[in-house]
Amino acid sequence: MTQQSLPRPEDRRRVISLLVDNHSGVLARVSSLFNRRGFNIDSLTVSATNDPAVSRITVSTHGNDRDIDQLILQTERLEVSRQVFELDLENSLQRELLLLKVACGSRQRAELKEIASIYKAKIIDLSPDSMVLELTGKPEKIDAFLKMFSEYEILELCRTGVTALERGGKHEHIQKPPQEIRDYQFPMPGRGLAGGASSQ
Amino acid sequence: MRLTGSQIFVEVLIEQGVDILFGYPGGAVLNLYDELYKSSDRIQTVLTAHEQGASHAADGYARATGRTGVVLATSGPGATNLVTGIATAYMDSVPMVAFTGNVATSLIGRDSFQEAYIEGITLPITKHNYTVRRVEDLADTMRSAFRIAQSGRKGPVLVDIPKDVTANSCEFTPKEPELIRTVTQVNDALARQAAAMINEAQRPLVCFGGGVRSAAGCQPLRALLEKADIPATHTLMAAGVLDYGDPRNLGMLGMHGCFTANKAMAEADLVLAIGTRFSDRVALNPETFTSAKVIQIDIDPSEMGKNIALDLSITGDASYVLQAILPYVEPALHKDWMAQIVAWRKMDYRPIDSDRVLRPHQLIDELCRQAGPEAVYVTDVGQHQLWAAQYLHHTKSRGFLTSGGLGTMGFGYGAAIGAQMALGRRQRVIMLTGDGSFHMNLNEGCTAVSYQLPIITVIFNNQVLGMVRQWQTSFYGKRYSSTDPHRKTDFVKVAEGFGAKGYRAATLEEFRTALADALQQEGPSWIDCRIDKDERVLPMIPGGGDIRDIIME
Repeated sequence: MTQQSLPRPEDRRRVISLLVDNHSGVLARVSSLFNRRGFNIDSLTVSATNDPAVSRITVSTHGNDRDIDQLILQTERLEVSRQVFELDLENSLQRELLLLKVACGSRQRAELKEIASIYKAKIIDLSPDSMVLELTGKPEKIDAFLKMFSEYEILELCRTGVTALERGGKHEHIQKPPQEIRDYQFPMPGRGLAGGASSQ
Repeated sequence: MRLTGSQIFVEVLIEQGVDILFGYPGGAVLNLYDELYKSSDRIQTVLTAHEQGASHAADGYARATGRTGVVLATSGPGATNLVTGIATAYMDSVPMVAFTGNVATSLIGRDSFQEAYIEGITLPITKHNYTVRRVEDLADTMRSAFRIAQSGRKGPVLVDIPKDVTANSCEFTPKEPELIRTVTQVNDALARQAAAMINEAQRPLVCFGGGVRSAAGCQPLRALLEKADIPATHTLMAAGVLDYGDPRNLGMLGMHGCFTANKAMAEADLVLAIGTRFSDRVALNPETFTSAKVIQIDIDPSEMGKNIALDLSITGDASYVLQAILPYVEPALHKDWMAQIVAWRKMDYRPIDSDRVLRPHQLIDELCRQAGPEAVYVTDVGQHQLWAAQYLHHTKSRGFLTSGGLGTMGFGYGAAIGAQMALGRRQRVIMLTGDGSFHMNLNEGCTAVSYQLPIITVIFNNQVLGMVRQWQTSFYGKRYSSTDPHRKTDFVKVAEGFGAKGYRAATLEEFRTALADALQQEGPSWIDCRIDKDERVLPMIPGGGDIRDIIME
């Protein structure tokens, strides 16, 4: 994960999906590229897909359109990348898992249980002086949930980062065209290249 | 047929059309070198003094011919010595395949003798790299490496081969080399749009870079300039693509580009950028660099809008894109614009001749006069490199080999060896270097002697590290930190020590005589030319500045 720079006003939260070859070393290639080009990554998850030859890397980041264009185009240059596209946040499902360990004596159990039940979080461990909560949801929901704990002592915390899929049936994304057979300008999913050029 | 990994290695090289392999042997590549020995009638191996020299030689071979350069080194230090050469090729999009040996697969990851994780080390400086873990994968991996190096935007690929893979054997099926597919089709609507913008422009300017050289796209470029009467400027990487004397050739752009080119860039209303990436040495200040509309043509989509904002982008091989645009471009005459350019040219920086001391521009003039327009010029990096770009009378597009993107001092001698090996003894290859750069890799002088290469090296010897010193003069209050090494090197004796021929020249007359004699030599020679340490490269626009900041004296 690269170091976070200060967000600019035009920055939005973006989620990029990368379908890559399922080889050893592929994650190193992708993360090395992000580090070298100075792309700011909030989270990155790697997971198997229904095709054993392909892995999916879900990248959550902040940036303006130009940053995201560069991130997508530079990632496309990697031999191991097959498809790179930005997910439309309106039409996609995003989930993140949180494990949260808070200090909790017997007197606080009731209040914590109430917060957990409102957010539909599960209590998965309880000891005389601590409690572990599990919550799945959109990143915003997790953020909101964590705000509830500002008054409590958080002992440990772990977030998995975003994993995401589009809604509805299978989406046909444009296969990354190999450079040598890129016949036309392919538009980015949802957006044209700089200059608004679109495919015929 | 059943072959060992080493036999497969040689067979695939031959299948891919490799005729020369630059390299240096070692423990992990003994099997490969043994097989190369048996096949020495089919592939020539060139032994350099150092792996870095071999990597620059493979690079020079590729730059001079357009074919893929091939280098082989052993594991560990052999592999790490290639790194600078690979990075140099990567920054300038030069097709190269680097092979490294590695320790046996059973020893990988155990910090074995001469083990280095070269795949990880070269990850950010290659288009792609591989470690071959099974002999069954060797042939196809090598084929992919050659395909990737030459396709799209060209660049280096590294293949790491553990020693046991070179010894093991498997079935081998010969294959014809894959044809490299190129983008030949261009979106018609985009071509029309670009042509319409060109037709509307009052003050159009073409700016072209190394992509035009790679695309061998000189002809459509010349046709466009002529048809629409457009002046053109180029980056360092594209010196020689347009003739030196062409009235539409404004010369080099950027930090040490000429006044006219930089002024025209600032004042144009349309810039057509072809195969160039607007690096920080060209678009010194991306905000004030130009107010024109910009069309960018490049084979690599990730270059679109990377450094400056665009009005139109067309992805594709420059040569095909220009051919698609050309029919829609109307013949035009930009009389006022060209007249303005002629007027600016009168203000260009002109160095003053001297009959007392040797001045760089006079030296280069004399060099061109004697070596002729067909010579291939190779440079190192520093002041001499920019003087070469400014004053050489270029006439051919693969006739100027220089490390542009990475700016690698010590690039020159290896590259000159590669170019001379590729083009044959009859091709005149001239190396221009400074005393600083030459000290970095002059060990390759022994290689030029071994192979009797008639490379003539012209050393611009100012006794200091001139380019850094120039910055210290202009921006650091003349505090010459670590730029005045007080070296006592006698380059004539060094030449003799290597078995080469050395000359010294302190005046133009001495240089004239020395060069005439050097041109008669069968083997390598160098001429130590004494120039003043206060010679500067002018004009200069400081980093981050624009045409208003240009330093002319």
